[in-house]
Amino acid sequence: MTPARKKRLALILLMVGGVATGVGFALKSLDQNIMFFFTPTEVVNGEAPTNKLFRVGGMVVAGSVERPGDGLTVRFDLTDNEQSVTVRYAGILPDLFREGQGIIANGKLDGSGDFIAEEVLAKHDENYMPPELAGMHSEQGAQQ
Amino acid sequence: MIPEIGQFALIVALCVGLVQALVPLAGSSLGIQRWVAVAVPAALAQLLFVGISYACLTFAFLSHDFSVLYVAKNSNTELPLIYRISGVWGSHEGSLLLWALVLALWSGAVAVFTPSVPRVMRARVLAVLGLVSCGFLLFIIATSNPFERLLPAAVEGTDLNPLLQDIGLALHPPMLYLGYVGFSVAFAFAIAALISGQVDSAWARWARPWTNIAWLFLTLGIALGSWWAYYELGWGGWWFWDPVENASFMPWLIGTALMHSLAITEKRGTFKAWTALLAIFAFALSLLGTFLVRSGVLTSVHAFASDPSRGVFILGFLVVVVGGSLALYAWRAPLLKSAASTRLLSRDGMLLLNNAFLTVVTAAILLGTLYPIAIDAMGGKISVGPPYFNLMFISITAPLGVLIGIGMLIRWKQDSLQRLTSRLRIPALAVLLVSLGLTLALPQWQWGAYLGIAMALWISVTAAMALYERFRHRALMSALRSTPAGFYGMLLGHLGIAVFIIGITLTSLYTSEKDLRMAPGDTYTVAGYEFTFHGVRDFNVANYVATRGGFSVRSVDGGYRTEMFPEKRVYRVQNNPMTEAAIDAGIARDLFIALGEPLDNQGAWAVRIYYKPFIRWIWLGAIIMSIGGLVAASDRRYRRLVRSRSPAREAAEQPS
Repeated sequence: MTPARKKRLALILLMVGGVATGVGFALKSLDQNIMFFFTPTEVVNGEAPTNKLFRVGGMVVAGSVERPGDGLTVRFDLTDNEQSVTVRYAGILPDLFREGQGIIANGKLDGSGDFIAEEVLAKHDENYMPPELAGMHSEQGAQQ
Repeated sequence: MIPEIGQFALIVALCVGLVQALVPLAGSSLGIQRWVAVAVPAALAQLLFVGISYACLTFAFLSHDFSVLYVAKNSNTELPLIYRISGVWGSHEGSLLLWALVLALWSGAVAVFTPSVPRVMRARVLAVLGLVSCGFLLFIIATSNPFERLLPAAVEGTDLNPLLQDIGLALHPPMLYLGYVGFSVAFAFAIAALISGQVDSAWARWARPWTNIAWLFLTLGIALGSWWAYYELGWGGWWFWDPVENASFMPWLIGTALMHSLAITEKRGTFKAWTALLAIFAFALSLLGTFLVRSGVLTSVHAFASDPSRGVFILGFLVVVVGGSLALYAWRAPLLKSAASTRLLSRDGMLLLNNAFLTVVTAAILLGTLYPIAIDAMGGKISVGPPYFNLMFISITAPLGVLIGIGMLIRWKQDSLQRLTSRLRIPALAVLLVSLGLTLALPQWQWGAYLGIAMALWISVTAAMALYERFRHRALMSALRSTPAGFYGMLLGHLGIAVFIIGITLTSLYTSEKDLRMAPGDTYTVAGYEFTFHGVRDFNVANYVATRGGFSVRSVDGGYRTEMFPEKRVYRVQNNPMTEAAIDAGIARDLFIALGEPLDNQGAWAVRIYYKPFIRWIWLGAIIMSIGGLVAASDRRYRRLVRSRSPAREAAEQPS
């Protein structure tokens, strides 16, 4: 190989190495930051991780929203019409949070099987259904 | 009757669009001048008919014509006038019509304001724009007709989504579309150049002002959206890495890369193929954004009715546009040989690195945005959280901050490391020391704050040095006269980045946030301000009922007092609650109060209080950047009636 070619080969190898490192770094960071989505049934069946953040989505069960204590903590049940999970959340609920409404919560399970939400998301549009919840045709949803 | 005229005009516009696309394209290949000459009048006719159609829909809104389904769904007799005008683009069908109108406006502008572009080139550009327009008009007519009738007519409309009844969001879509669709002009220039095989300095000079203007609108559009999210959603956040936000941010990043790459192509005649490719990608990402928003494949805070048939259509369109242009690119790009080679240690090299970083960060965002769709196709359901995007974005763009400074001072073609280090050593040291002092003056030490402040200072100092260098050896008047607007535009754009960096750094690191339970009479202190709650009262306003909370605020040292009134609104027709935060804005800090919900019968409310330092600088930075884009686009040399020039003369005339 001529020196010029050697130099070019080194440059190409360096670039390939750089790109590979970058992609590896990106994928690793992606892997650490993805959140899996589970339905209440899957959570009740123990398919959700116990020590990792994940998302759970479903309808807020009518009449289940209560505020124990005098703080900001709110508790409600989330259902996919088969099973339901109790969600606890300390903070301000979004405007479109209502009983019977489809919502998504991010958080973790505690020891007792309750879901401790760090964030509760409702959608801008009351007719909107998160894609994760599509196909979950609920009677409650239809009543709105 | 009027809605039928609107729909008919839309169909006529589609026919005109076909003529605009096919006749000049054929004429330019066959060398038939009369066919080439069709392009300009066809583009103007297209603007006329799309304009008529748009006017008809606006008229239906203004006249409360609830026999039009779209109007019945998005308006109401109580809706204030301004929101009846902006309601036209308040939902899917109308916003697509706005898209078509904006495209027609851009085409009309190209037809009128390109006297320096040769006729054949202009005809090809207009033909490509005509093809894009046909795609969109077909989409509207086939899947999203805004003029669909509702029989029998509704007595009353179901009102515009309350979130959209706001001036920030009324202006957000038109701005964003002017940007998105504006990249179609750069795209059309690239395609026309690939067809003709001419990508050179002259071509770059024609395409630059259009790219700048599209970019500045996109900048303003994104900033408006961010500002709106901040004050309207009641979360106090300004960026969420939501898929729809990413969809607008990716074309912005590639558009930024394109502006810089066009600078090299114009100046040095290099990077031709790359520039053409960036133009294609900027527009492809705009289309991808439309697909992501309109098809509803992603979970997003932006709730748009999702309709699979629409998604499939846009996806098909995307495949045709991207596939077609990449095929053309693969076929023609080998013709685009660079006139010179590029060395790393030169302004060319710095711009190349800028392009590399911007492309890589776009790829990382694209990966995070599309990954959930890929997993979904394999049967899993995931979402990618903001930490991924923050990490990727900050780590990839941080070196760019350093490069901006070097890039403004380094010479074209080739520079010496020795010259650069001797010039930059002292400023760099000074920046590091001054930033150290500034960061120590902040409430607590944070490495991120040090980094951000140093970066912003570095960009400002090097911009000042670049300005000084231009004026040093010349008399003031001659320096003022010979300095092109593009230079000032570049400085402003970079200073905007510096201001923006200060904003995001300080806001992200020093925000104080409290979610509280407050009963009337309660006082709470956040970041040196005492907030006292005085309870709520109800008010009847236009088309909503407001529950207004009263707060008095004073700084702990007693030097500042104000009253703040956050609201909870319930819009009567849709019966949706809405949080209207109270914001006490300032250049160095915002105070922000949002009402949550009533907690008991004694008047206690859930209240969210924020102290947000320097948050205004984020949008201020974006405004400065767009002014920079405008100044650069106004450069005299873009308006000269010169067809082509030798690179040597160009180099002599153009500023470095």
